[in-house]
Formats: sequence, C-alpha cells, structure tokens
Amino acid sequence: MSVTKKLMYINRRAPYGTIYAWESLEVVLIGAAFEQDVSMAFIDDGIYQLLKGQDTNDIGMKNFSPTYSALGDFEVTQIFVEKESLEARGLALDDLMHLTYEDEDEDYAEKDSIKVVSSSELADIMEQQDVLYNF
Amino acid sequence: MATLHTVNKSPTDRNTLEACLRLAKGGSSVLMIEDGVYGALKGTQKSGIVEDAMKDIKFYVLGGDLKARGIEENKLIDGVNVVDYAGFVNLATENDRVQSWL
Repeated sequence: MSVTKKLMYINRRAPYGTIYAWESLEVVLIGAAFEQDVSMAFIDDGIYQLLKGQDTNDIGMKNFSPTYSALGDFEVTQIFVEKESLEARGLALDDLMHLTYEDEDEDYAEKDSIKVVSSSELADIMEQQDVLYNF
Repeated sequence: MATLHTVNKSPTDRNTLEACLRLAKGGSSVLMIEDGVYGALKGTQKSGIVEDAMKDIKFYVLGGDLKARGIEENKLIDGVNVVDYAGFVNLATENDRVQSWL
C-alpha cells in the first residue's frame, strides 16, 4: 500500500555557487521515482537554474542543466516559475530552457512543463501541497 | 488549511524573509528562528515588512535564539510573540504544513 502525496520543491538559489540546486534536483528525481506527485517552483535566484546555454567547461564543474530536460520522463510535469522573480532579473520565458513532457492522456502530445505564475497564484498552489521542501 | 513558515536567515543579510512574506498567504504563521530572529527587531531597515504583514499573518520568534544573541524582548516589534521549543512544536502541529525557508 502506498500513499501519494503532493510534494513541492522550492528552488531559490543560483546553480553553481552553492550545492543547493544540484541537491534539489537529485532529491526531486528520487521523490519522483517513488511515484509521488512532485512539482517544482523556481523563485528568486532559483530562476537562474533554468537559463539556456549553460556551459561549465571552464569552471571544472558538472553542467547539470541538461538534467532538467529529463524531469518530464520522471513525470515531473509541473514546473512553476514566479513571474515577479523572472521580471526582477530582466528575463522572459524565452530565456529559459524549453522543458516538455508527453501527456499520456492525450496520445503522448508534447506539452510545456514550465508555467509562469504570479506570486499570489504560486501562494495558492503552495497551500495545496502536503509537503514543501526548500532549497 | 494554514501553513507555518520558519525563517532562519537575517533579513539584513539575505532576502529569505522577504521571499517568505511575498508568498505567505493571509492566515499563515511565521516563526523566526536562528539568525531569523533579527527580523523581529523594531527600528531596523526591514522592520516595516514585518509590520506591514502583521495585518493578516501572525509572527513568532524562538526565545532561546533571542537570548543566545543578547536580544531583549523589549527590542521586538510590538505583536511578535516569543515561544519556547514546546511552542514551536505546538505551532507545527496546529498548522497543516511547515515551510522551512532557508
């Protein structure tokens, strides 16, 4: 018997200066493998985790940004980006990686995983979760 | 359906408290712990964000963390409640979920 809970991972750190982003991604993938209802939110500097065109060759660290593209295959299909945080950094949705998933209920149609939501919309979504993890 | 938010960073060092208050809904509780307790001080550059949020959010601060840092209770923003560890546990159980802002 298993209980499915709604888990949300909230990311508010840039990717390479600290280990938070990479650790979050690892935990998200583990949670998803246990068939929980997993979503992610990117706010504040967490937005920078999703920027296109990351290249870590010159800093000797693993570029883990391609891993975000695998989230859809792990049924992590709800990725919320806070509009206010995006705009505060002079960014738009086009500046972020294009993350998609295949909707098995609609003949595996490819759909966008990222949804840009306002602070108040995100506050409502957070209140619907069973567990919140901050990174 | 209410949430207990804990904040453990000073608002004059990081934007953790501001992020929390931007996303906390009315009816939520905020408990300041560790360096988060500096957010409960009155007369700082950041006191206003707490005072403004007090209309519909309840604020608590962990007494042990205040004492450790030499902060007297008369230095706190009016309306911030001091709790001990048992009070922390009560807050956690009275709410539906806990969000630990880092």
